[in-house]
Amino acid sequence: MDFMVFQYPMITVQACLDGILLGILFALIAYGMALQWGVMNIINIAQGDLVILGGYIAYFMYLYGIHPAWGVIVAPVIMYFLGVLIYKLVINKVVDRDLFISILATFGISILFMQLMNFAFGADVVLANSDYGTTMLFNNNVVLPNSKLFSAFISILFAICLVIYMKKSKLGRAIRATAQNARAAKILGVDTEKVYAATFGINAALCGVAGALISITFTIHPYMGLPYTIRSFMIVIVAGLGNLPGVAMSGMGLGVFEEFADYILGTEFRIGSVFLLLVLILVYRRFKLSRKREYLK
Amino acid sequence: MRLNKIILSFVSALVILFSTSVASFAKVVGDKIILGAAISLTGKYSSNGVHTQNGYNMAVDRINSMGGVKVGGKTYKFDIIYYDDESNPKRAAQLAERLISQDGVEFMLGPYSSGLTKAIAPVTEKYGVPMVEANGASRSLFTKGYKYLFAVLAPANLYLDVAIDLAVEKNNGKPVTVAMAFEQDAFSQDVRLGVLDAIKRTGSKKVIDDKLPKELNDMAATLVKVKQMKPDVLVVSGHTKGALTAIRQIAEMKVDVPMLAMTHCDAAKLSKQHGKNSQYALCASQWHKTLTYKDNFFKDGMTYAADFEKEFGYDPPYQSAESSAALLVFKDAFERANSFDQKKVRDALADTNMQTFYGNIKFAPGGQNVDKPMVLFQVMCDDSGKCENKVVAPTKWASAKLIHPVPKWSER
Repeated sequence: MDFMVFQYPMITVQACLDGILLGILFALIAYGMALQWGVMNIINIAQGDLVILGGYIAYFMYLYGIHPAWGVIVAPVIMYFLGVLIYKLVINKVVDRDLFISILATFGISILFMQLMNFAFGADVVLANSDYGTTMLFNNNVVLPNSKLFSAFISILFAICLVIYMKKSKLGRAIRATAQNARAAKILGVDTEKVYAATFGINAALCGVAGALISITFTIHPYMGLPYTIRSFMIVIVAGLGNLPGVAMSGMGLGVFEEFADYILGTEFRIGSVFLLLVLILVYRRFKLSRKREYLK
Repeated sequence: MRLNKIILSFVSALVILFSTSVASFAKVVGDKIILGAAISLTGKYSSNGVHTQNGYNMAVDRINSMGGVKVGGKTYKFDIIYYDDESNPKRAAQLAERLISQDGVEFMLGPYSSGLTKAIAPVTEKYGVPMVEANGASRSLFTKGYKYLFAVLAPANLYLDVAIDLAVEKNNGKPVTVAMAFEQDAFSQDVRLGVLDAIKRTGSKKVIDDKLPKELNDMAATLVKVKQMKPDVLVVSGHTKGALTAIRQIAEMKVDVPMLAMTHCDAAKLSKQHGKNSQYALCASQWHKTLTYKDNFFKDGMTYAADFEKEFGYDPPYQSAESSAALLVFKDAFERANSFDQKKVRDALADTNMQTFYGNIKFAPGGQNVDKPMVLFQVMCDDSGKCENKVVAPTKWASAKLIHPVPKWSER
């Protein structure tokens, strides 16, 4: 245990800011997961692998001399079509089934993606350099890499666009209708099949954006997807489905929690603490639910 | 009934097929000495697995074309059976078992990484199969009393202790403060033990001792602590991703530390990925092409590097060089044993005392090579942004002078 983080106020500020910036990025991935969970009742284990794949798109642009920041535009386009393709090939066969079946199917997709990426791109850890420089605050005591600020900004931008799209566009309304009641939507003339495909595509596109941002701020590797799946799962569990402000808040909360766990318990317990929190929250939710059931009795 | 007969004949056909193939794979067939190796050709170690395989192949071709191995007045050629262990220790152990008991291999070459070597060593030991390995540096491999395991490389605990000594030397012999960040795998933890020994030996002090997770891609917390504590040396070991993450975040967060020492910079191709940001980083390496060791097959490091580049199209990392050295050791041992008896070859291996382009090789009773020091190189860039790795320690091999302390970010 190391409580240095509380002894120096600047480190506390640094940890909070790092956590919030990281959390915004997590929230973007989680929002995609919440969307497709809510609409299609599918928990996508391959979420993190879609993120990493998006990262590779930005990385390859960087390799060919294009600034990786353009990846946030190119990656979602490619990933959208890939998402639709995955839906047509696999997901549409499990969408009405039990949740467990969809978990198995996406778990399979996850393994397949990992191996394919490893096969195609190699097992090296890679990153794309943005050369954005650094912002120094408080007399150089707090440092914020501009790449992290850029990631947070782009994530917020995409989230806002998506919210507006969901509210205003025809497809957005159809998606929300399907989420509320798929059968009723179908009766009223919504082509739910198309809605499902689009939802999965949008989720993949969001993952693509997040992946491009991760390749700029952190590193990517074919086997690094799972922690992102777990984090977004966790954020969605805390926030609930179809609750964007909740997702954003719980994303940032998780980011800050992770940073503090890192300082206090040590970096080795960073991911572990996320898992622990997940268990605690699930237990707490169950406890609350059972109380509710007692009222009903 | 008829179906049963068909199945029966099919199975017996398979059995016959397998039994004949076993015979044809025995250790020495005609003029061929067949070695076995499980290599990570897929999975997370696949890039280094391929470096290893290229190193083996390069040496096999070279030895064969330069007269092969002379045993009992007859000339033999090397051949290697490869299997892909998928970077998975369990699979590697199965494949070792298969190489030995099904394919009849009696001499083995090592896989890539300490973890996989650890998985295979008990199998080769059980069957008394001599294994020369080139990519397992973990100290724990050499403390188990294995009799048939020989490693041409220096053990992991020697990777970075040189850096501490160097820092103390630069501090006019006075103790230094050290910040450490190590991944939690066997290899990095061994490197850590070596650093701890050096800290104790020099009376230095550790001020940060962080462990990094496997899924590491953010070590900002550690670096903030480094900024606060201002240590004399920062030591990082977390495979390729540790090296890449450290350089990226040190540059982004403008962390000033007089000495930064790491492992796995070769594999991370630091300067290629990070350009000038990687400048002044010190890297532990088993080998560097500018070292002036010599042998009859590859001449010296520079010639090896040139030949390797011609054949495979890239500059050889030390993983390839040490793998090539493993075959030179085998050839030497076969010729001195003048026999293919496993026990005799094992004893000849234990008596090895030779120089290769990769370095001197002499095995301690535990199987590790004790005659080859690690080298430290420093990434140095010129004004055009072109970066090169220059050996700075030990002084005997140095091709450039260590730049110390590392200039502050505000002055770069």
